[in-house]
Amino acid sequence: MNIPSDLKYTSEHEWISVDDQNIATIGITDFAQSELGDIVYVEVDTLGENLDKNTIFGTVEAVKTTSELYMPISGKIIEFNSELDEKGGDNPSLINEDPYGRGWIIKVAIQDRSELDELMDAASYGSSIS
Amino acid sequence: MINTILFDNHVKLGAKMVPFAGYNMPVSYTSIIEEHLAVRNAVGLFDVSHMGEFIVKGKDAEEFLQRVTSNDVNKLEIGQVQYSCFPNLNGGIIDDLLVYRLDETRCSDGEKAYMLVVNASNIEKDWNWLEEQKGSMELSLEDISEKTGLIALQGPKAASVLGKLTTMELNKMVYYHFEKGTVAGISNVLVSATGYTGAGGFEIYAKNEDLIKIWEALIEAGQEYGLKPSGLGCRDTLRLEMRFCLYGNDIDDTTSPLEAGLGWITKLDKGPFNSSDIFMEQKAQKVTKKLVGFVMEDRRVPRKGYPIYDESDSEIGVVTSGTLSPSLDTPIGMGYVKSSQAKKGTSIWIGIGEKRMKAKVVNPPFINEE
Repeated sequence: MNIPSDLKYTSEHEWISVDDQNIATIGITDFAQSELGDIVYVEVDTLGENLDKNTIFGTVEAVKTTSELYMPISGKIIEFNSELDEKGGDNPSLINEDPYGRGWIIKVAIQDRSELDELMDAASYGSSIS
Repeated sequence: MINTILFDNHVKLGAKMVPFAGYNMPVSYTSIIEEHLAVRNAVGLFDVSHMGEFIVKGKDAEEFLQRVTSNDVNKLEIGQVQYSCFPNLNGGIIDDLLVYRLDETRCSDGEKAYMLVVNASNIEKDWNWLEEQKGSMELSLEDISEKTGLIALQGPKAASVLGKLTTMELNKMVYYHFEKGTVAGISNVLVSATGYTGAGGFEIYAKNEDLIKIWEALIEAGQEYGLKPSGLGCRDTLRLEMRFCLYGNDIDDTTSPLEAGLGWITKLDKGPFNSSDIFMEQKAQKVTKKLVGFVMEDRRVPRKGYPIYDESDSEIGVVTSGTLSPSLDTPIGMGYVKSSQAKKGTSIWIGIGEKRMKAKVVNPPFINEE
């Protein structure tokens, strides 16, 4: 299972990376996509909203199951990956193929960088799923 | 958790294993969608050894099955298969099953022999029910589930693949018929032109100890036809596209076969059977709810338990099965609605949290049969 060491993780299987402009990129982990199987639709109808940490920002539909997506951090959702979006590239299977790369889901302008400290690093996420 | 005899084969093929009805079963090997399309367009191979098999044999076997099953067993010729269900005494369904009328080589004069194939999740429940219903009738019941393996070879290329391993005349085998013969050097294998996919093909019953050899021979013989080992994940999407019922989802102890659209296996003219009086009354008065198939207008996928609403937002039913149809690339579902809302073309709304997603009632199946 691929768990990059430069990302932070949640117990709901999201990953997050934050650049030095305080813009976070968020997706789901390799473990999550493999558990879900073929992903066929991603819904994010919270674009432009300010959401608190741990609230639901969207939904992933796989063939077998539906899974909610949770904010790993508080902030304003400023972008939904148009490659996944039904109205854009309409290619949600990118999450299966490249969960940490082209399969990223949203970008968030974050308010409080210190919230990152509450998240898991790669080693603790790895042991949480083993 | 029980492993089927093919467990090591599944692991070697990279299967993701999940618990199902007490068994460790492969849900998929690569991707549900890939496996689904392989079955529709070429051929797929399933391990369904978790299914239960009972042998019913004796002078009263036919009379017994006429009473405990809904279909007309008297119509079955030797070598023929019938889809049926066990009604309970309250108009519900204990299980759905296949009834095989076996040859009578090991029967005494006047005896008949049948094999019943039942759902893995219901083996114990069905067995107890049959034991109880048997009373003093002259017949023997034998549970051969644990020693019997079952694999399903499904898809338009199934006959080409299996034809490489047997001299049986597969192309002459009529749908819902079976023969015994030699497959991959193993004798006395039961090959049946049945399946749960709507893609055509065969179900192959063999002794557990012979199953690995047959499985491996089929995998090899199927390579040139694009055969894919296929898991329970696509078995579910394939059956849903055909609008076949799944026990525990679309039918259960509380649903009547007439509500579920299984009137065609409920033969009210064959004489009395369990709950036949209830079904006759339901037929005369019309049922109040019906199982329908529906297609979603957008991409959210309906799931078991989601409520169904009419246009004035009154709750009119509940979803029993749902998935994305890989053939149509559209979410589809089944569910019970009030009979007045069950007509083809009716708009219904699926409740997903606070949202209401529009859907349309369609006639079965969702895709065209081969």
